[in-house]
Amino acid sequence: MDLGNLMASDPTHHFESVPSSRQELTRACLETGTELVQAIANAVFALPSTDDPDGPIVRLPPPTTTLPREKHLPKPKPPTKWELFAKMKGINKHKKDKRVFDEQTGTWKRRHGYDRVNDDKDIPIIEAKLSDEPGEDPFSKRKAEKKQRVEKQEKNQLQNLKQAAKAGALPSHVQLAATALPITGTNGEAPKKASKEELQNVAGMAATATASGGKFDKKLPGEKPAKHAGKYRKFLPVVEGKGMSSQEKQQTAKILDQLMNKSSHGMLDVNKAVTMFNVKKEKQRKKEKEHKTSSAASKLKPKKKSLKKSSKKKH
Amino acid sequence: MLKIKTPKTHRAKREIEKRAPKFVENGKKTLILHGTKTSDVLNTVLTQIYHLKRDNAVKYTKKNENIRPFESGGETSLEFFSLKTDCSLFVFGSHSKKRPNNLVLGRMFDHHIYDLVEVGVENFRPIESFEYDKKLTPRIGSKPFFAFIGEGFESVEELKHLKEVLLDLFRGEVVENLNLAGIDRVFVCTALSSSTVFLTHCALRLKRSGTAIPRMELVEVGPSMDLAVRRHRLPNDSLKKEAMKTTSEQPKKKIKNVSSDVLQGKIGKIYIPDQKVGGITLSSDVKGLKRERREAKKRKVGIENEAKKRKTASD
Repeated sequence: MDLGNLMASDPTHHFESVPSSRQELTRACLETGTELVQAIANAVFALPSTDDPDGPIVRLPPPTTTLPREKHLPKPKPPTKWELFAKMKGINKHKKDKRVFDEQTGTWKRRHGYDRVNDDKDIPIIEAKLSDEPGEDPFSKRKAEKKQRVEKQEKNQLQNLKQAAKAGALPSHVQLAATALPITGTNGEAPKKASKEELQNVAGMAATATASGGKFDKKLPGEKPAKHAGKYRKFLPVVEGKGMSSQEKQQTAKILDQLMNKSSHGMLDVNKAVTMFNVKKEKQRKKEKEHKTSSAASKLKPKKKSLKKSSKKKH
Repeated sequence: MLKIKTPKTHRAKREIEKRAPKFVENGKKTLILHGTKTSDVLNTVLTQIYHLKRDNAVKYTKKNENIRPFESGGETSLEFFSLKTDCSLFVFGSHSKKRPNNLVLGRMFDHHIYDLVEVGVENFRPIESFEYDKKLTPRIGSKPFFAFIGEGFESVEELKHLKEVLLDLFRGEVVENLNLAGIDRVFVCTALSSSTVFLTHCALRLKRSGTAIPRMELVEVGPSMDLAVRRHRLPNDSLKKEAMKTTSEQPKKKIKNVSSDVLQGKIGKIYIPDQKVGGITLSSDVKGLKRERREAKKRKVGIENEAKKRKTASD
């Protein structure tokens, strides 16, 4: 009889004759069952009971039949590096107060968290020591030191957890996840993670690689339409005015400007070049005119001295 | 490169800690599912077992074709479900020509299969087919009594195994304190032969008897069926040893509000909540009130006497 499980078994029961019908069987079973249950109940009611508004409560003994566990026994976690060191040196833990007196501001502040003791924000002036270099910023130096300390602490924490995981005693709420594969081989640099914009562009490029330029591809939900709408030629309107803003004029002017800029070396003064060009053209026209008219008329005219610099060069 | 992953919300942390391995474990949960083909009878069996174990059972309704508990590869799905629902007992039903109305009762250790018992259901009678006084219906979650009748449960290997599994399945939570008013139900198992067990679920009626211990009466309530043991698989020895391990050492219980002083010895702290002086209701039978009433009566009588005296005097 197992009181803890409220179980009783009767190994000595034998059916004298196998009961023929179902009802007989059930009746016989219930009879023996009743006897057994009565035996357990006698034992259970005999236990000391405490009174409760719901009913008498009885303290059951622990069960005698051992049943297998659901999960393995929790393993004790190995001591951390600091714990080993503290044990060796004999350092004991002391309970720390939540409120500490802050020397900097002269008030009582929390030890951790918002408005805490020894916060870097509260230090207005750091006096320079003889050993300080002139170009250094002591505030940023303090920040950098703190960052280093935090990184070191996180590294130590990770090492401790790895030790615990090796011993099979990782705390249940912690999981160690691999972020990246270890770097091996010739390619030392880790592959750079593609940014969102890059991915969008690549997707667009892949789409336009199709024969129809990605126009009829089914778009996934959330995918933005291609940046370049697919029209690569701009045809001018058939009928348009001849004013300053006529598109044809603008188009040709644009092309011309680009060409001129390409061939120029940057030292060309465009205005001067234009006037020189115009002057030359005028002169040519005049010469043609003179040739057209009689030569006699030209004899009477005084020869104009050319004011060009190049003529003066001769002497 | 490893990264420490911890749950971001307190609720998630609590859930994970509930499922962690502990010294004293939570009650085992049951997973009820079925394979590709099930018969009518089997469906009713599964639903009724689910009703019996409402609080701590999970019932899956979909067909699972790749679960074959006795084959080496067919257990992965079961183990995955067990991991996700945190169930360490399972009842898997299937029906085929070779094994009609087949139930596989199994247990898990660390979410891997520990042991299995395959059983065929015959002569099944559902809850609806029993007529009984509805007031006797056992409540969900009440701790059942067990009665195992027959020598087969001690001698035959398979029946011993089945006894253990049935105990584990229907036991419910292991409790220290039992409310004697909440004794509702009993499972009666009779070994009919070396391979068949007659299982029935009865309600208990406690009748008044002469002594303090009530007389038990069994009323057949729940499903009753014949279980024919077909196959079974015992756990390996090493696994069994691992699962049966118990430590005698309990985790240290923190004793709060007790400290020891060198001068005064053991000191305890008692916290008394503030008295709500304004909100106390006066009860009707306080001695002071009685006295008040008595005095009030005396005074009244005194006034009446005076009135009478005055009257007589005036007369």
